[in-house]
Amino acid sequence: MRDRVVLDASGLPLHGSGAESPTWWATLAFMLIEGTGFALAIAVYLYLMSLAPEWPLQAPPPDLWAGTSLTLLLIASVVPNILVGRWAQQRNLRRVRIGLVVMTLLGIAPLILRAFEFTTLNIRWDDNAYGSILWMLLGLHTTHILTDVVDTVVLACLMFSRLGDNTRRFGDVEDNCLYWNFVVVAWLPLYGCIYWLARL
Amino acid sequence: MGTHFYNPAEGGDALLWQHLFWFFGHPEVYIIFLPAVGMVSTILPAFVGRPLFGYMLLVMALITTGVLSFGLWVHHMFTVGLPRLGESFFTASSMSIALPAGVQIVCWLATLWAGKPVYKTPLLFVLGFIVTFVMGGLTGVMVASVPFDTQVHDTYFVVAHFHYVLIGGAVFPLLAAIHYWFPKITGRMMSERLGRWSFWLIFSGFHLTFFPMHLLGLLGMPRRIYTYQPELPWAGLNLFVSLSALILFAGFLIFFVNILRSWNDGLPGGDNPWGATTLEWATASPPPSYNFRRIPVVSGREALSAGEEDLPVVAGLRTDRRELLVTSVVEALPQARESSTSDSVWPFWAAVATSVLFIWSIFTPWAVVWGSIPVAVTLVGWFWP
Repeated sequence: MRDRVVLDASGLPLHGSGAESPTWWATLAFMLIEGTGFALAIAVYLYLMSLAPEWPLQAPPPDLWAGTSLTLLLIASVVPNILVGRWAQQRNLRRVRIGLVVMTLLGIAPLILRAFEFTTLNIRWDDNAYGSILWMLLGLHTTHILTDVVDTVVLACLMFSRLGDNTRRFGDVEDNCLYWNFVVVAWLPLYGCIYWLARL
Repeated sequence: MGTHFYNPAEGGDALLWQHLFWFFGHPEVYIIFLPAVGMVSTILPAFVGRPLFGYMLLVMALITTGVLSFGLWVHHMFTVGLPRLGESFFTASSMSIALPAGVQIVCWLATLWAGKPVYKTPLLFVLGFIVTFVMGGLTGVMVASVPFDTQVHDTYFVVAHFHYVLIGGAVFPLLAAIHYWFPKITGRMMSERLGRWSFWLIFSGFHLTFFPMHLLGLLGMPRRIYTYQPELPWAGLNLFVSLSALILFAGFLIFFVNILRSWNDGLPGGDNPWGATTLEWATASPPPSYNFRRIPVVSGREALSAGEEDLPVVAGLRTDRRELLVTSVVEALPQARESSTSDSVWPFWAAVATSVLFIWSIFTPWAVVWGSIPVAVTLVGWFWP
């Protein structure tokens, strides 16, 4: 068949942001998959809780200080995170660079608190089913903080390199911010389960 | 690592394995059926000269099947001794899947009814699919009932049922699809004469082989036994089944001969031998490696209309690098030209690193910690522009 040109795409931008970007959709899909993982893990926690004669099972509830300070830190990190996202949207390279360094530090700090959290759970992963699901919930979320920190570090290096000033890279920064919001929001129900359901 | 979840000797539970297997296994048979639904719905309009009846209903029925398919696995386990209430639930869910399946069948029948069927080989296989699959579906509703299933469990009735749904539901559409898309793949038509022979031999051979198995099952012939004593009452029908399988075999033999002969010597098919309206028929047969010089613009469900010489296309994408068109989700309005990835060895190394991690993790949990480092390195390498 003969080609009949009905549309000219030459004027279109080289990268779209938000729903116009394939990586935005990929991030969304990833959040959906990981969110399902969190939901299933919480379902297991609640199921075991409904079966157990006492909860927490043969252990005192986890100490509050490490988990609570980590939660406050994560919530506070959302503010600079949203700012970095805005700066990326405005293609402000200088601010994005500073913001990524700040977000790297705000990613590493919770990991340090998390290390203390593991020591204050008051149970080992192989003591009983309660210990297993507790370590599972905390380990699952730690993996998410860790992967996002690695992602942020790589992006920071990229934005400090000559490859940084590019619409697509700014889009990557926006997607990374979106994902960090998810890591924070996903923590809140886990925090509720681990620290407060165990105190009911 | 002490993960004997299914081993009763280690405190595990064999029933858990059975649940897990069928929770995978039952949706899996519907997944086999899914591409068949797509093939039939694409092929049928080309041979009846009208669009599919109830397209939206068909799609909704398909999605419903997908959702329901995860909620009926226990019908494979009716004789295990599970609680009665649970069994009743799975009877209801298993029977209810007949509703979306029925909607699909009605849509295809209505398409046939309202059109002018041209009985070429692909359509014959589609008709064979409808007849056979409906019969398999009927026995499916029968075995969804616990008392009936208890009676025929592990007999040839079950063997007959799943061959009707799987050969009828997946193999017949696949054969239709091969005859239909063969000219697109090779540029040549398959022989219509051999195609008819193979259809009638496969169709009659199939039913002569598998229909008597319903009777054998009702007569109590158990499955998963390699031979039966000749004095048992199943010998005559069993021999008939074995002989009929030869007819089925002859049909497949002719089908393969047809493929081999037509590959080099078939009549040239041209770009669109069936007068079909889907997009693949707008390019050459066989298609060039790039499929289309320019991205086609499709404005309705029917991409091509009869007698049209021109193909509406998009211009303005760069030719010196790989570019994709990003469009809005619903309206498909063009939004951006995104560069596509260039050749890279990193995905390969990422796959190697991931495989090493998983295989290593069988032996020690620390593999997850140390193995994730090479995975991270390869993913960063892949991501780096």
